[in-house]
Amino acid sequence: MKQPWPQRLIKQIVCIVLSLIVIMPFYMVVINSFKTKGESARMALTLPSEWQFSNYSIVIEQGKLVQGFSNSLLYAVLSTSIALLGCAMAAFVLSRKRTKFNVFIYYFVLCGLFFPVNYVTLVKVLQTFKVANTRAGLIIAFTSSMIPFCLFVIRNFMSSVPVELDEAAVIDGAGPIRLFFSIILPLLKPIMVTAFILQFMGVWNDFMTPLYLSSSSKMWPMNLAVYNFFGKMASYWNYVFADIVLTILPVIIVYLIGQKYIVGGLTSGAVKE
Amino acid sequence: MNKLKTYPQWFLFLPLAIYVVFFLSPGLLGVFYSLTDWNARSMGDINFVGLKNFREIFSADENYSQGIFNTLRFTVISNIVKLVPALLLAIMLQKGLRGRNFYRTILYLPSILPFLIIGLTFKSILNFNTGLLNTTLEFLQLDFLKQKWLTDLDVVWFSIYGVDAWRGIGYVMTIFLAGLNAIPNSYYEAADIDGANFLQKLRYITLPMLSGSIMINLVFGITYGLKVFDIIYILTNGGPGHATQVVTTYAYQLYANGRYGMSTALNTILFLITMAVGIIIVKVMSKQEVQQ
Repeated sequence: MKQPWPQRLIKQIVCIVLSLIVIMPFYMVVINSFKTKGESARMALTLPSEWQFSNYSIVIEQGKLVQGFSNSLLYAVLSTSIALLGCAMAAFVLSRKRTKFNVFIYYFVLCGLFFPVNYVTLVKVLQTFKVANTRAGLIIAFTSSMIPFCLFVIRNFMSSVPVELDEAAVIDGAGPIRLFFSIILPLLKPIMVTAFILQFMGVWNDFMTPLYLSSSSKMWPMNLAVYNFFGKMASYWNYVFADIVLTILPVIIVYLIGQKYIVGGLTSGAVKE
Repeated sequence: MNKLKTYPQWFLFLPLAIYVVFFLSPGLLGVFYSLTDWNARSMGDINFVGLKNFREIFSADENYSQGIFNTLRFTVISNIVKLVPALLLAIMLQKGLRGRNFYRTILYLPSILPFLIIGLTFKSILNFNTGLLNTTLEFLQLDFLKQKWLTDLDVVWFSIYGVDAWRGIGYVMTIFLAGLNAIPNSYYEAADIDGANFLQKLRYITLPMLSGSIMINLVFGITYGLKVFDIIYILTNGGPGHATQVVTTYAYQLYANGRYGMSTALNTILFLITMAVGIIIVKVMSKQEVQQ
């Protein structure tokens, strides 16, 4: 059934206007990142009278962006990998062996989806384990806060992996570790990829955790490096905008590559089957 | 098949241990420390003071209770501002629109970006003299709409809701779209034959069939709203005055000033609120699982 053309036209106009509202800020940031200090302060949408490519090299040098980038990458990759592997193993047992205890454990961990992290006492706990103000401490903090979500989505997905596979593998003489790593884990790939991308971006974008837990600038992820750069350079909008462009570039690339996984992951569990 | 052997309980150990030690126990410890005078100067000398911190939070001389109220109000309003337009957009984008995949990609884009970046960008856009918003309004001859977006007490919350919606609508919409795609078209065809209008179809088919997506959006939205920090900290840092302080910004301020006991007391209040909300949500969810 085709809709009449006025209706289609109105829809197109609404969508174009909304897309412009989303794109305009990006355009403004990019275009102003190539201007001189005085010109960028006006934040106009016009093209720069003179393209200042040197803004970027200055920002990379002074904004500690290389260090920030490698820190962010380290935190995101390690914490996400640990949480995902651990949660996949746990979800496997929780989903297959639904004893009263295991069901309780599942909902017990699920409550963590809602709780706020108490960073003040988390610092104290990290001190007890001698990892406060270290990269390891930050990674543990990231890992712990993503466990509820990972367990939730992986256990939901696990129900779609047939139990018969387990039985066949056990009859063939596979132990639990072999069964999990060579049969179950490969089948979990779709949800693992999705959860990895979502949590990776979650760590990349997290601002509050490093704000509380890292006092030395060596540990700063990109986010915090940008924030401190902004604090020092608040009147140099051209540098701030260049800094912003460099920070969001990796996120946008990951988004465009992994788009279908991101949307797939959001919607798993949102739809009743 | 021996279930005990095939599904060993020790598989649970790592995530459970990390969760209990580094996520749950700080929360519970927070409840204990909120009853003490713990601060930056008390090197190990921490005294039990009962409910003194909570009395200070709720006393009329202080602004903290306004912060709690602001958090709750933000949770309610920001969700309404995002959910209703997102639902209409999703219905519009679902079918019969050229280039809808392109629009979806664009509209979802803001929600993957760090709040920090969005906050800094909008700090410049909402600037009174040079910001993009006010200059656009001037360009359109709408000068009377110009505002001091981030410093005027009457409009600052609208700015925050606006920026929050700019970021969040695409995300909410994507979840609604997935739900809409799962509704069989034959339902609408049957309704058309019976002569149902748009509102009737919305009321009797779309909304009931979308209950799962609405639930997910509410869960994410409520927990996000109660824990909101980044966007407010960066856009206004609680100002002007204390007008936009929320629980988390107060807690960070107190932490930075070394008043750890008070900071954990505020966190504990937030912990209790989210626990109450969380228990209700988990109960509803586990009930649904039984029904399925």
